[in-house]
Amino acid sequence: MIEVEDLTVRFGGVTSVNQVTLTFPAGACGLIGPNGAGKTTLFNVLSGFVRPETGRVSAFGDDLLAMPDYARARWGLRRTFQTEQAIEALTVYDNVLAVYEHTTKGRAARQAAVLDAIGLVGLGDVAFARVGTLSPRQRRLVEVGRAVVGTPRVVLLDEPGAGLPEAETEHLGAVIRTIPDQVGAMVVLVEHDMSLVKACCEWTAVLDFGRLLASGPTAEVLRDPEVLKAYLGQEDLQ
Amino acid sequence: MTTVDAHSALAGEPVSTVPSRFGRRSITQAAIAAAVFLIAMFVLPALTSTFWVKNFTSAAILSIVAGATGLLYGRVGLVSLGQIALYGVGTWVTMRLGFATDWPYPVLVLIAGVITAVIGVLLGLPALRLQGLYLALVTLMAAAAFLVILADTKFPTGGPGFKGLVVEVTNSDSMRRPDVAETDFGFYRYVLVVAVIMFGLALAHLVSKPGRAWASIRHSEAAALATGVNTTTYKLWAWGLASFMTGIAGGLLAAHVRSPSTFTFGVEQNIILMAVVVMGGVATLWGGVVAGLLVAVLPELLQKWGFSSEWSLILFGTGLFANLLITSWQLDKAGIKE
Repeated sequence: MIEVEDLTVRFGGVTSVNQVTLTFPAGACGLIGPNGAGKTTLFNVLSGFVRPETGRVSAFGDDLLAMPDYARARWGLRRTFQTEQAIEALTVYDNVLAVYEHTTKGRAARQAAVLDAIGLVGLGDVAFARVGTLSPRQRRLVEVGRAVVGTPRVVLLDEPGAGLPEAETEHLGAVIRTIPDQVGAMVVLVEHDMSLVKACCEWTAVLDFGRLLASGPTAEVLRDPEVLKAYLGQEDLQ
Repeated sequence: MTTVDAHSALAGEPVSTVPSRFGRRSITQAAIAAAVFLIAMFVLPALTSTFWVKNFTSAAILSIVAGATGLLYGRVGLVSLGQIALYGVGTWVTMRLGFATDWPYPVLVLIAGVITAVIGVLLGLPALRLQGLYLALVTLMAAAAFLVILADTKFPTGGPGFKGLVVEVTNSDSMRRPDVAETDFGFYRYVLVVAVIMFGLALAHLVSKPGRAWASIRHSEAAALATGVNTTTYKLWAWGLASFMTGIAGGLLAAHVRSPSTFTFGVEQNIILMAVVVMGGVATLWGGVVAGLLVAVLPELLQKWGFSSEWSLILFGTGLFANLLITSWQLDKAGIKE
């Protein structure tokens, strides 16, 4: 689990994250909120790309902010980005291997571990194809594969379903649901697609303008009037 | 097929048949490389004169430098306009040791490569945070600085002291060649073998861990860091490898021309090198071979056909410009921002 305590992030005059305190439990968690709510900034704090002004973040008891960014991957933190980051010049296998060899010790097991991750996301038949030749859906799955290879502890998924049609997000949801059991890592999913959030996450937190609006079991949170107001605006409710 | 059987994905089915990583494509490429090497080694010299064999030797030597520069630019994303300076360092060290000792020639070249690699890494250190235009400018300045130093030290001619210059340059010794490759034809084959070894070294890097790390860094440094890649180490490794290769090439040049001139290492040569590297293509190592041929053989061909060799400068400039334009059009069309 991830414990965020009194986290504040400012970029000049903009307070992107405002005194947020919450605890992500184990399993698959959702992190939702309107655009500009601070979700990706929170991810950037977890990844180490952004330094918070105040606050503490600990994951499974370890102080995350004390670790330099490249060390967090070795600790077990993985993350996907809003814009695709799968390396087009390499094959799917090499893409996943590139993450494994920098985060996990053990050369002997590497082929099995890489193929396991590729199998988990369902890209077995294109394992040795160059990513540049794959469809957007497959590239997203390559990124998820990179995020789950080896023994990660926390997998952060930043809008993996963006731009995908419904049938493809269903498959994505099925893959994400298996991660806590099959990979043994907790998942935090930032998403705008509510069906995906409902399908994958038992627990969800809602941010709005940098503040924590609500958190709890997903079904309850999605019915919360404050949450609906933030997403839809007051007038629509009347 | 837009949907994948979710059940098989969930079952985490291991890939039952592991397709070979060395598919038909790799075997074909290896066969082509072997064929080209054999033709260059045995067929080409039989068809041409000493004059052309010397040009092809220059092409082979420069192809190593071009390959290194292309690797830095195309695979790691580092623009180096200072490779010719490192080339000169390799030549200088080889000659200095060549006169001062009687160590075998391969040892001289190897030491030159290592020393050049160290200097290349030291130059790369402050440049780590620089990218694109600024990195290019800094490396170009380093090339200019090297020329200033070279103007003072000149190339060793067999004398004592650090610079190794003789007082009267009337009978300056020229650099010796390895016993097994005294003749121009023999040295040509020697250079070809060394070039193959250098390209093999580069290829070995590209298909293994450093190559994957470089692809990751070139694609996105932030994402590379997020996957645990130590970008500092791998960038410096790239500088080290490229400088080693360039230093070795410098050592080969020393025995090729035997009395190098400072004009060979002029600052503008760096820009010409980058032009032919881009024209040859940075996607594959073959681009280095094409670049070597362009810069060493094309001007001579033009002269043979009655044109001034200056035309090659115009061709290189146009070629570079056209290549960059076409590449940016292609990237635009594919929606990729570079």
